[in-house]
Amino acid sequence: MVDLDFSRAFTVNSRMDPVLSTVRLTVREAVHTLSSSEDGGCIFSTLGSLKRYLGETENPALPEEQEEFARIHFSTFLRCLVGKLSPDWLELLPDGQLEELWASFFLEGPADQAFLVLMEAIEGAASKVVGLPDHLGNRLQRENLAGFFPQNYFPLLGEELLQALHVVVESLRASVDFEVSGWCVLMALLPLLPVAGGLDCSVSFLSQVLGKACVHGRQKELLGVLVPRLTALTQGSCLWQRVCWRLVERVPDRAMEAVLTGLVEAASGPEVLSWLLGNLVMKSKKAQFVMTQKLLFLQYRYTTPVLRSLLGYLAMDSQRRPLLIQALKELLETWGSSSAIRRAPLAQQHYISKAILVCLAHLGEAELQDCRDELLASLMAGVQSHLDSSLPAVRRLGMIVAEVASAQIHPEGPPLRFQYEEDELTRELLALATPQPAADSPSEAGPPVAPVTAETTNEEMVSSGGPQAQPEGSDSELDSDDEFVPYDMSGDTELRSSKAPVYVRDCVEALTTSENWERWEATLRALEGLIFRSPAATQEVSVELAKVLLHLEEKTGVAGFEALRQRALVAVTVTDPVRVAEYLTTQFYALNYSLRQRMDILDVLTLAAQELSRPGRRQKPPQRGPPGPGPQPGSPATPAWQAVVEERIRSKTRRVSKGSAGQGPAADPNKFNSVAGYFFFPLIQLFDRPLVTFDLLGDDQLVLGRLVHTLGALMYLSVNTMVAVPMGKALLEFVWALRFHGDIYVRQGLLSAVSSVLLSVPAERLLADLPDELLEAQSWLADVAQKDPDEDCRTLAIKALLLLEKLRDKLLPPPPP
Amino acid sequence: MPLAPGTSHTSDFAGRSWSEAWTEGRDTPGDCIPPSMVAPPSPPPPPPDPQFVLRGARSAVHALHFCGGAQGQGHPLLLSGSLHGLVHIWSLQTRRVLATLDGHAGKCVTWLQTLPPGPQLLSQGRDLRMHVWDLAEGRNAIVDSVCLESVGFCRGSVLACGPQRWMLAMPGKGGDEVQILEMPSKTSVCSLKPEAEARPGMPMCLQLWQADSSPLPLLLAGYEDGSVALWDVSARKVCSRVACHEEPVMGLDFDSQKARGVSGSAEKALAVWSLDEQRALQVHGTHQLTNPGVADVRIRPDHRLLATAGWDHRIRVFHWRTMKPLAVLAFHSAAVHCLAFATDGLLAAGSGDQRISVWSLYPRM
Repeated sequence: MVDLDFSRAFTVNSRMDPVLSTVRLTVREAVHTLSSSEDGGCIFSTLGSLKRYLGETENPALPEEQEEFARIHFSTFLRCLVGKLSPDWLELLPDGQLEELWASFFLEGPADQAFLVLMEAIEGAASKVVGLPDHLGNRLQRENLAGFFPQNYFPLLGEELLQALHVVVESLRASVDFEVSGWCVLMALLPLLPVAGGLDCSVSFLSQVLGKACVHGRQKELLGVLVPRLTALTQGSCLWQRVCWRLVERVPDRAMEAVLTGLVEAASGPEVLSWLLGNLVMKSKKAQFVMTQKLLFLQYRYTTPVLRSLLGYLAMDSQRRPLLIQALKELLETWGSSSAIRRAPLAQQHYISKAILVCLAHLGEAELQDCRDELLASLMAGVQSHLDSSLPAVRRLGMIVAEVASAQIHPEGPPLRFQYEEDELTRELLALATPQPAADSPSEAGPPVAPVTAETTNEEMVSSGGPQAQPEGSDSELDSDDEFVPYDMSGDTELRSSKAPVYVRDCVEALTTSENWERWEATLRALEGLIFRSPAATQEVSVELAKVLLHLEEKTGVAGFEALRQRALVAVTVTDPVRVAEYLTTQFYALNYSLRQRMDILDVLTLAAQELSRPGRRQKPPQRGPPGPGPQPGSPATPAWQAVVEERIRSKTRRVSKGSAGQGPAADPNKFNSVAGYFFFPLIQLFDRPLVTFDLLGDDQLVLGRLVHTLGALMYLSVNTMVAVPMGKALLEFVWALRFHGDIYVRQGLLSAVSSVLLSVPAERLLADLPDELLEAQSWLADVAQKDPDEDCRTLAIKALLLLEKLRDKLLPPPPP
Repeated sequence: MPLAPGTSHTSDFAGRSWSEAWTEGRDTPGDCIPPSMVAPPSPPPPPPDPQFVLRGARSAVHALHFCGGAQGQGHPLLLSGSLHGLVHIWSLQTRRVLATLDGHAGKCVTWLQTLPPGPQLLSQGRDLRMHVWDLAEGRNAIVDSVCLESVGFCRGSVLACGPQRWMLAMPGKGGDEVQILEMPSKTSVCSLKPEAEARPGMPMCLQLWQADSSPLPLLLAGYEDGSVALWDVSARKVCSRVACHEEPVMGLDFDSQKARGVSGSAEKALAVWSLDEQRALQVHGTHQLTNPGVADVRIRPDHRLLATAGWDHRIRVFHWRTMKPLAVLAFHSAAVHCLAFATDGLLAAGSGDQRISVWSLYPRM
């Protein structure tokens, strides 16, 4: 840039000077001749005339002219010369006269400019090599040869690169006397690689080609060939390793990222990466950025083995280990940032968690000690923000990382233990936390041996001791004993001495008095059955009962308490929907309830609505009463004889008409029809009014998410009801108000709510009554489907869009062709 | 067999044929699904109902005994002893009471046993009497009686020693002794008193038996401290003693063929123990129950089933060799106090709800 400005300045000055402009004319003429003429003699004489400006001929030009030529015109002229270089051109004159003359310009002129021009030329050549398949493809179209398809060409290029590297290594090996001077000399010589042994073995052209090919996106094809071979070659040879390091070092910065990502993916482990790269990350800023920032924080598509070899590479050398510690610090910071948790896709959070665990597995206690406070601070903040999340997967990530990290960072403290469900993902994460060699022994990773119960020991010992104690050979008896088929023993539960109340009215009293715990528990267990058996009696005390149940607390360790309470509440709501739903919905927005209770209310309303809208529920109550003696009429378990008889009748009977064999449920009025509004509208009206203890739009977004899901479910369940249209309108408005909510769980709820509106409201009414809302929703959905960071949200949005599409197709049939 | 096959007979056969069919179906060639992936096993059959129920004891039933009807009326009889001192004799054919014996002054009858020679009955009551009844030819008179010196819960045990002689073990005086009498002469053979330092407490249950190899009578006794002791009666010393339970042993039974025994106590577990050639008792293992309290344990005469009477109103049935639970019979509404097996495999259970249930489970093939 600066050079250019200078030259322009000189050009302006030189216009006044007639002597200097002759130089310009001569050069221009010569360039013209070179580019147009095919006559060897003419070219030779033109070049010869220019030679005098270099000053080493018998009649050199004036010093000013020489100076001007060197400063302004030389590089232009050299570029022209490079452009002409081709075998045909060189053979215009015999005996290589042209070649000699051509070369003399580069050798005798100012070296800096010659070098620059040559570098440009090399780069151009590299582009040509890499771009060859594209050029051929463009030119030949369908007549292209299979060998020039990229998938065939680049492996070939890899082979050729390898050949070239072989030549480099061989020439180096020849130039160094291993026997005598040994490795020390070699080490000293290698930094001077390009001129070692007097031979020109620069690898920068190879690096250029490698870089270009990787930038072209051909890492897989090229490195798929190169890396396995280089792995084998570098494994045993220091020389090969040095050549490889040099090769990667000389890759231009702009191609560094492509090359490194390709290498990291293709390398089979941290050792391989170490052989191939050496301490590249310490030498090249760009490489360091790619390895410690880009691959860890900006991308998250790499698999766990890739992550392992990347971080393992950082851990393998003492010079690189500070980078690993730095990376861990930054990873933990990112992991703990609450805005990242809210906005980053789950897959990325998962990736970062994995990286943290791998880092921790590599770092020793001593190294962690130095920055313990810093790490602990970001860890604690991170655990807090993870546990605040409304997505179970995020919470679980927080728990696992916290457990492992706290054990590593603060081993002397009390161990942190969370309760979470084990699945594929947690096992994978926990396996990462153990260092690689330890994970190899299967005995440690295997599941703990199940404790031997008294029964099994008993059985073993008896059966082993049996034969010797038996006087008679009774093998047949032993065999026949195995045919004793056990009866159903599920009724063998713990005996409760206290009797449950027989009337619903007594249950209220039994549940509120707390002296007799056994009676209290028996009441809770019997309540659901009692309610379904005596609906009229339940309706008299329904609200009272709902109130007692809502405030019921588990004071003794009753197994399945939550489920019992919930089922009883659902039963009360189903039996007397209007009053209980009114009570529950007002309590949802009342003061002094815990979040748990509020969410219970939502769950109960959903379950009750589901039960009410279930067709044919009168015929088959889902709950069975306590088992009594003898089969009950209409109980789901039909006796075996009945099945046999029916089967026999069916096989002997000929049916004239063949309908569907299984009859659908009997037609029955939808009980939810008349009460859906009582469930829905009180819930949707007050969401934006914060209470002292309860702020849906503030901290209590978990409840808000649950509320949105509940509203969506209620909407879905009120399909075919009269009230569906106003409900849909209200729900779409509600969705519109919350559409930019930051919490993923809430957004998921909103999206499924839109889907349930589309499913439940009749299509004609949708278009007639809610066209504006639909259009708004559509644009929002399209936006979410493209831009939302959460994958589930995007999927839900696409589903809703598809529903919308289907709806449109139904209403506006395509014009007949 | 005089009894008509009951409902549980048929359901059992149906179940077997079904399972056979299932197995065959699974093994058809070309069907190479690994066993673990075959359709889940069918649900187990529902628990059986009693074959019949005897009502009319008018108080809790504390003792039961089957009496083979071979010599008598030709039909087996069931004898029951009640809380209020009555002994009822039930016909298993008509399922009615044939006779009622009242000889224990309204005190609970705890043990009933017919004697090897002829239709004589031995009944033990908590009025400190043990009566011998003559039941032959419709008579029901007390022909002899023995005074007990302990008012505990311990039931007696008898062992035939000869054609007209038998040995009777019963709780003795002093709270921890077992008295051995020779009957019908009522001469005291010996009194088995545990060593002073052992302190096992009262004997809770007794069983006299004889090994096949030697004619010497042996006595198994369960004690208040939860231990079971094997006495050599003729040598009057303890051969072996093993602690099986934390709570008093409430009932025990011994299978001399397999040299294995089982005991139940007030706690939630059954103990299975065995006897080796050196007459040493060893606990093999315990079997956990759902609810605590076992009033009685009985092994079926063919040594294939074990039944236990639970304070939790339930009768539990186990496969005796493997101790695999087979059934939990929840029929009674009060604690089950006593069990008895007939020689043909019929099981009777007497309960505090004043009923006697009779079951036919896994009939012999």
